[in-house]
Amino acid sequence: MNHSIVLAGPAAETTRLVAYWILAIASVAAALGMVLARKAVHCAVLLAVVMLSLAVFYAMLGAPFLAFVQIIVYTGAVLMLFLFVLMIVGISAADSLIETIRGQRMWAALSGIAMLVLLSLVVGHAVIGSAAPASAKFGNGNVTGLANLIFTRYLYPFEITSALLIIAAVGAMVLAHRERLTPKPTQRELAEQRIAGGHPAPLPGPGTYAQHNAADMPALLPDGSHSELSVSAVLTFRTAEAPPELTGGTSEPGIAGPVAPSPTDSHETGEQ
Amino acid sequence: MVSPAHFIALSVILFVIGAVGVLVRRNAIVIFMSVELMLNAANLAFVTFSRMHGALDGQIIAFFVMVVAAAEVVVGLAILTAIFRARRSASVDDANLMKY
Amino acid sequence: MTGSVHAALVSQAAIAPLHATGIQDAAGLLLAFPLLGAVILLLGGKRTNKWGHLVGVAMPVLAFAYAVAAFVQMLGYPSGQRVRDLVLYQFINVGRFQIPLGLRLDQLSICFVLLITGVGSLIHIFAVGYMAEDPERRRFFGYMNLFLAAMLLLVLGSNYLVLYAGWEGVGLASYLLIGFWQYKNSASVAAKKAFIANRVGDVGLSLAIMIMFLEFGTTNFTGVFGAVHSASRGVVLAIGLLLLLGACGKSAQVPLQSWLLDAMEGPTPVSALIHAATMVTAGVYLIVRSAPIFDLSADARLAVAIVGAVTLLWGAIIGCAKDDIKKALAGSTMSQIGYMMLAAGLGPAGYVFAIAHLLAHGFFKAGLFLGAGSVKHEMDDEVDMRRFGGLWRVMPITWVTFGLGYLAIIGVPPFSGFFTKDPIIDAAFAKGGTSGALLGTAALIGAGVTAFYMTRVMFMTFAGERRWEERVHPHEAPPVMTSPMVVLAIGSVAAGGFLILANRLMNFLGPLTGVPPTLHGIWTRSGIASLVLVAIGIVIAWLMYGRREVAVVAPAGNPVTVAARKDLYGDAINEGLLMRPGQWLTRLSVYFDNRGVDGLVNTIAATFGGTSGRMRRVQTGFVRSYALSMLVGAVLLVGALLLVRL
Repeated sequence: MNHSIVLAGPAAETTRLVAYWILAIASVAAALGMVLARKAVHCAVLLAVVMLSLAVFYAMLGAPFLAFVQIIVYTGAVLMLFLFVLMIVGISAADSLIETIRGQRMWAALSGIAMLVLLSLVVGHAVIGSAAPASAKFGNGNVTGLANLIFTRYLYPFEITSALLIIAAVGAMVLAHRERLTPKPTQRELAEQRIAGGHPAPLPGPGTYAQHNAADMPALLPDGSHSELSVSAVLTFRTAEAPPELTGGTSEPGIAGPVAPSPTDSHETGEQ
Repeated sequence: MVSPAHFIALSVILFVIGAVGVLVRRNAIVIFMSVELMLNAANLAFVTFSRMHGALDGQIIAFFVMVVAAAEVVVGLAILTAIFRARRSASVDDANLMKY
Repeated sequence: MTGSVHAALVSQAAIAPLHATGIQDAAGLLLAFPLLGAVILLLGGKRTNKWGHLVGVAMPVLAFAYAVAAFVQMLGYPSGQRVRDLVLYQFINVGRFQIPLGLRLDQLSICFVLLITGVGSLIHIFAVGYMAEDPERRRFFGYMNLFLAAMLLLVLGSNYLVLYAGWEGVGLASYLLIGFWQYKNSASVAAKKAFIANRVGDVGLSLAIMIMFLEFGTTNFTGVFGAVHSASRGVVLAIGLLLLLGACGKSAQVPLQSWLLDAMEGPTPVSALIHAATMVTAGVYLIVRSAPIFDLSADARLAVAIVGAVTLLWGAIIGCAKDDIKKALAGSTMSQIGYMMLAAGLGPAGYVFAIAHLLAHGFFKAGLFLGAGSVKHEMDDEVDMRRFGGLWRVMPITWVTFGLGYLAIIGVPPFSGFFTKDPIIDAAFAKGGTSGALLGTAALIGAGVTAFYMTRVMFMTFAGERRWEERVHPHEAPPVMTSPMVVLAIGSVAAGGFLILANRLMNFLGPLTGVPPTLHGIWTRSGIASLVLVAIGIVIAWLMYGRREVAVVAPAGNPVTVAARKDLYGDAINEGLLMRPGQWLTRLSVYFDNRGVDGLVNTIAATFGGTSGRMRRVQTGFVRSYALSMLVGAVLLVGALLLVRL
């Protein structure tokens, strides 16, 4: 009985074995890391690792089309979308490790372990059997086979999911849309505001030091105090609760206090 | 020799990790990512079983899962952005107005 | 006569009732007249005030006229065909359960009807004068007519349910009439007491009727008396005892005797009619009517006789110590009815004598009460005998009629009491055995005590020095009041002899109730003994009240006197045995209801409230805890599926 499951024909089983074990351990570690990492960007990157190893698994399991779709669509598009939103939402908002809901961690761990045990039992009791004999549809004929199925048996779901995609796109546009309440200032108006605003020259750039390279680091004035003008007001608001090491050791939040709303903020709606 | 059982076991482990991740993290985006992890684990199971049965139906289903997951991510992140603009916070614990 | 014992035992059942014909067929008129009077007077209201009393008097007189006609017709029938039934209306007609509103005219009921309507008419005439100054006189006559209608229904009913309807009716009328002067708190309290004591007895009667229906399927006299032979001994005894309980309530026998003395709060015509002549005799009627039932149970008869004997002594002792003339007469009534019950409890040997004494008692007790009413009316509503005295000169007619009634009641020959009371004592002794001796001795002693207290009343009221208050100026009562008293006095004198001599009542009533196995003569040993005791009683009373001055303020008296003034602690016993436990029971029930029932309900409500108060904390508002519950649910589901597949 041929148990070969490698895409590229009868290769050594050890290759498959090694590939499996390395990638399995890597994906589990990455998954754990994703759940436990403090910064959201780290979580995203670790999830990318998981997805890529899964792509390799799909290839090993005779689903080459799916493997590439996983890389291109899932990792390349969906996960990048995650990263974009992270950028919008703010990457400095780090999760504190203190759990606010009493007993949540304990119960989560317990139910996780219970789920693991139960599913293992299920898997153990079920007859998993061995892989089917290798055939063309798991190799070169994969795309053809899939196309055959999609356009015959699964035509209806196919059409509906395409409608779903359109609806999702439209919905996202509607949800993320921001209505303009005032007319968009033209370049001339912006220039007039800048000259009349008391500070015609370009604003100073943010301070960068050897340890931090972020746009929300304030620049230092000759007397050592922070320059309010060096950091965008939006970022200032966000770093209002930033930990002390980011604000140069001072306990005051960010580069302090109430900030005058900038022209870019006046377009936002529903602001609290 | 790698049998389908290995892949199923891996799928189960990834699924549980994703589930625990949903419960434990407070950042809405990270929760979302944990959900994606669970979906991927399910996909792996589907593909494994398709290989086991010798039919491509499992792969079709996994394909559709990916499509729907993509749509879901799009809408979900749009909602998240809208909420974040309103509340200035990405923590799900802050949306607790339905408490007793 | 002697051979007719067994025939007598089944006599009432054996006589098949015939249908009433001729004048007797209109027996509904007996009920219609007084009922019409009551309706006119009570519904007519104040408009009828001017002529209301005339209507009130006319109705009993008309009823009496009809009763005489029916009686004459009955005398025309042969002795075995005198029981006549007629049905006014089929009251209940449901399959097996048939209750007609039927009337039975037989020897027993016609005796009562004549007594009720005759004495009733006389008392109504008396009341015209007695209540002349009372603005509510019309309402009084309305209630009196209502009473007459109910009493006639009671004695005329052909089944126990119609009897019960009349029974309840007279109880109602008694309540209305005792509490006639509603503004007097003592009167309304006495009315309630009478009603409630009656009610206790009514429970016995209604239970007996229920047992009858259960066992025999009918409450008709004919049906019950025919079927009672096949009933078990226990059932017959139960029915007999329950009937006795009913009779005790209505006739004020021990243990339900406490209400009769308080009932004297009502106007004197009420006391005369209801609580002397008629209503209180309804119990005796019930026992005699149910003779076939009692004939089958010697124990029930013995119970009746014992109750009668105890009561006759009880009433006599109470009567000795009362200074209120009406209460003394009430004690006497209680005692005389005890005699009647004693006679009824002796079986066929005593039924006729019970009825004879009842009829005679109706005359002389009514006469005595009317005399007392006349005195009270003239003495400005004073009833304390210690404030009377020397009235014989001022009120001669009252004195003579009262005196004739007095002689009748104590049993001096040739007056009524002698002829009717002595056969009872005879029959008691003739019963034989220990019970007979005890009963006879009690009756004898009772005769002596009766003589004592009645003589006491005579001396304190009519003889001796005048102990009147200043405001009182008595003179003789007006003719409207004295003429009925005269008629009743004639009856008191003659009735006893008329009924007993030549065995008239025996021959008339005997076929219905049974006759004594042996008849004694007029002068017997016990008769002579009772005369001796009567004489002793008179002498003692004369020594205490005739020769000496009667004290205006009652002296302290020995323990027996004190006890007798308190009705031999009858009220205290009732309160201790019944009222206080009843109140405890009420309080316990209230406590139970508040703590137990309410507590249970409130606890359930509080449990729900508390539980929901706890459970709502599950809604933390945190999405993650909801997600946790989802995961836990999924775990449980997988576990359940696993279990099932296992």
